Amino acid sequence: MQKHQYEVVVVGAGGAGLTAALYASRNASTAVISKLYPTRSHTGAAQGGIGAALGNTEEDHPEWHAFDTVKGSDYLGDQDAIEFMAAEAVDAVYELEHMGLPFSRNPDGTIAQRPFGGHTNNETGKPVRRACYAADRTGHMILQTLYQQSIKNQVKFFDEFYVLDLLIVDGKTAGLVALELATGEMHIFQAKTVIIATGGHGRVWETTSNAYSYTGDGVALTLRRGIPAEDMEFFQFHPTGIYRMGILITEGVRGEGGVLINGEGDRFMETYAPTVKDLASRDVISRAMYLEMKAGRGINGKGYINLDVTPEVVNHYAEIDGRKNPDGTPYRVTANDILTKLPDIIDFCETYIGINPVSDPMPVQPTAHYAMGGIPTNKYGEVVIDEENTVLPGLYAAGEVACVSVHGANRLGTNALLDLVVFGKYSGIKAAEFANAEPYVDLPPNPEAFAMKQLNAIQESSGKENMITLASEMKAVMSEHVGVFRVEEGMAEAVDKIRELKERFKDVRVDDHGKKYNMNLIEAWELSNLIDIAEVTAVSALTRTESRGAHSRDDYPERDDDNWLKHTLAWLEDGGVRLSYKPVSMTKYKPKTRSY
Amino acid sequence: MQVTLKIFRYNPEDDRKKHYDTYTLEAEPTDRVLDLLERIKGNHDGTLAFRRACAHGVCGSDAIRINGVNRLACKVLVQDLKARQVVIEPILGLAVEKDLVVDMEPFFDHYRSVMPYFVNDDPPPQKERLQSPQERERFDDTTKCILCAACTTSCPSFWMNGEYVGPCAIINAHRFIFDSRDQAAAERLEILNDQFGVYRCHTIFNCTDACPRDIEVTQAIGEIKKALIKGGLD
Repeated sequence: MQKHQYEVVVVGAGGAGLTAALYASRNASTAVISKLYPTRSHTGAAQGGIGAALGNTEEDHPEWHAFDTVKGSDYLGDQDAIEFMAAEAVDAVYELEHMGLPFSRNPDGTIAQRPFGGHTNNETGKPVRRACYAADRTGHMILQTLYQQSIKNQVKFFDEFYVLDLLIVDGKTAGLVALELATGEMHIFQAKTVIIATGGHGRVWETTSNAYSYTGDGVALTLRRGIPAEDMEFFQFHPTGIYRMGILITEGVRGEGGVLINGEGDRFMETYAPTVKDLASRDVISRAMYLEMKAGRGINGKGYINLDVTPEVVNHYAEIDGRKNPDGTPYRVTANDILTKLPDIIDFCETYIGINPVSDPMPVQPTAHYAMGGIPTNKYGEVVIDEENTVLPGLYAAGEVACVSVHGANRLGTNALLDLVVFGKYSGIKAAEFANAEPYVDLPPNPEAFAMKQLNAIQESSGKENMITLASEMKAVMSEHVGVFRVEEGMAEAVDKIRELKERFKDVRVDDHGKKYNMNLIEAWELSNLIDIAEVTAVSALTRTESRGAHSRDDYPERDDDNWLKHTLAWLEDGGVRLSYKPVSMTKYKPKTRSY
Repeated sequence: MQVTLKIFRYNPEDDRKKHYDTYTLEAEPTDRVLDLLERIKGNHDGTLAFRRACAHGVCGSDAIRINGVNRLACKVLVQDLKARQVVIEPILGLAVEKDLVVDMEPFFDHYRSVMPYFVNDDPPPQKERLQSPQERERFDDTTKCILCAACTTSCPSFWMNGEYVGPCAIINAHRFIFDSRDQAAAERLEILNDQFGVYRCHTIFNCTDACPRDIEVTQAIGEIKKALIKGGLD
């Protein structure tokens, strides 16, 4: 067993973790622990853009960005944090550019921006160009740029180390326990501060845009140490995943003029969102797609819709919409424009479904995409552990794993990448400040004991349950009952099923009993994380008797601000899940009916 | 349809020598090779070790050799395979740690050696540094790199001598050398003007064929050679 000591330890090396590490390492000894090589992180899969009101080609304001985000969140987002993020966005994007990020460019050399769902000119209600992009691989460019800067700044990495436990002593952060994948050796990290930046948990569902690695490690880690998870019932289903596979097709396709077409050849979003149509919020569009398919208007009656970005169709609807270029000329696209702006989308479609989007529509269905819920934090990334927002000293979280909450009940496209860099930055700065002021907390005796107990339980189980079977049963029940539409009976069934799976997991079979690269063991651990997260998600969802943002109930179809304008806090305890609630932080935006 | 996978196996903790295990399984034409590996691990042998994350060709985790050529396991479908018997092996030139997992450290060391980061020591402007679409286009191809190592580990010069920085490191230098905003082109060119630098490239084009991002790797290396011969950029 090896021991290490760093003032700041960052867990996870995606956009949030790397940003946090870049800032923390300026003022404190810092290490990054990641189960993947940093550039494998899921930030790299983000496509369409990062939101910031630069106003490079048309009028825009951070205040408009803030309002759109509040509205997109269905008023569950904390307004102080949202205003902070929208205001910080502009500098955050310039800072990325100064780090060398190769944004696409306007003819005048400024950063190119495209329209995205839910982002509007607040005076006209029409879509505004706010998404700063690098073709359709913005996340890739952000991840690469941050990793490059980490190399330049000699950040210390522990690549392919898997964190098993968070050490908290007398209510203060003391460090971490991690397993080195290459050797199977345990490592103890004593740390004044820990920043958790492990990403989301879309692997709870069957059809997902998320990486295999998106297994909720951070939330599960903190749940097991008595820290609640916030707003877990809110999980985003992105409208456009490749049919059956779930691979993301960016909203940028619709930003460039692509439209959703049902089996009758209709552009159905005109009915559901008359003003912004195909650029409504994701929750609104995913629901509309399901309703169309339920009414038999899927393509050939099947479970998908066409996403059409062929130039003829784009130009046809651009003319109907009266869409204009920034210089006032009518908006028209050529095949070459599509090729230049969406090269990766074209590559995915050609590789996986043999379709060229320049000449054929893409078959799409909603795909599990993004966790609005997670570890509760304030706008500085400090983890807060109760209804009064009490800070747990030395513990931070940032990125998808965290719930600040800036996304509330539904995240707007481009706000995830923004969240990573803004809250990654502040958690890094704040962690270093804390580390400069505070001493190390002594490690407990046998710091590895809790992790070892869990590992041994997996290794010594009876082995009668197949991991794949358990995972598919979990995904099936969560997709059917805790997906885009939800009802009481279904969710209750899901809770029972997840608890059954939790019991059966005790008999999970692990074939590999070696030390080196025991991926089998890690995957079992990851599955246990997913099952815990599924339980918390299903219980939180079952209890919230309203519809808000991504949480949409057939039996409670309306938003209920009188009873439910509040955040859920869920603790995982021996007997199950304990729930409590805390108020939403409001500044100047009064809840209104949400229409697009 | 049925597909047979012959998979290279090695476990340093096991007494058995390096060998191949063969698995026959049902597959859809649209299954990814990665899906088959997952199924083998889940249903036949949980000890099979390989890396993967995004499963759609953007994270660069799962470069392996499929029937002798470097590919991402998540970007090759069963229908793309010529034969129903598929040989799966780890990429070459890096030490095998276990099954399909190789030691990536030497690869990343080469990457880190070429200053693969933006350098501009002037105080930044208040807004963005301006760059025309044409200037941005100049280095677009090499920004696509996902560091999967498929190119470097397909290169006979790298197999011959692991001290060669390899195509991946070179194209990552290219990405900055041709960026109009960057100021360290000369230093990077100097690094590559070394006995283990660009001149080890004998334009065999394996790298270009192997690149899952369709980067014109050999051409980018050629542009660097040209810059070195001319003593600078265009």
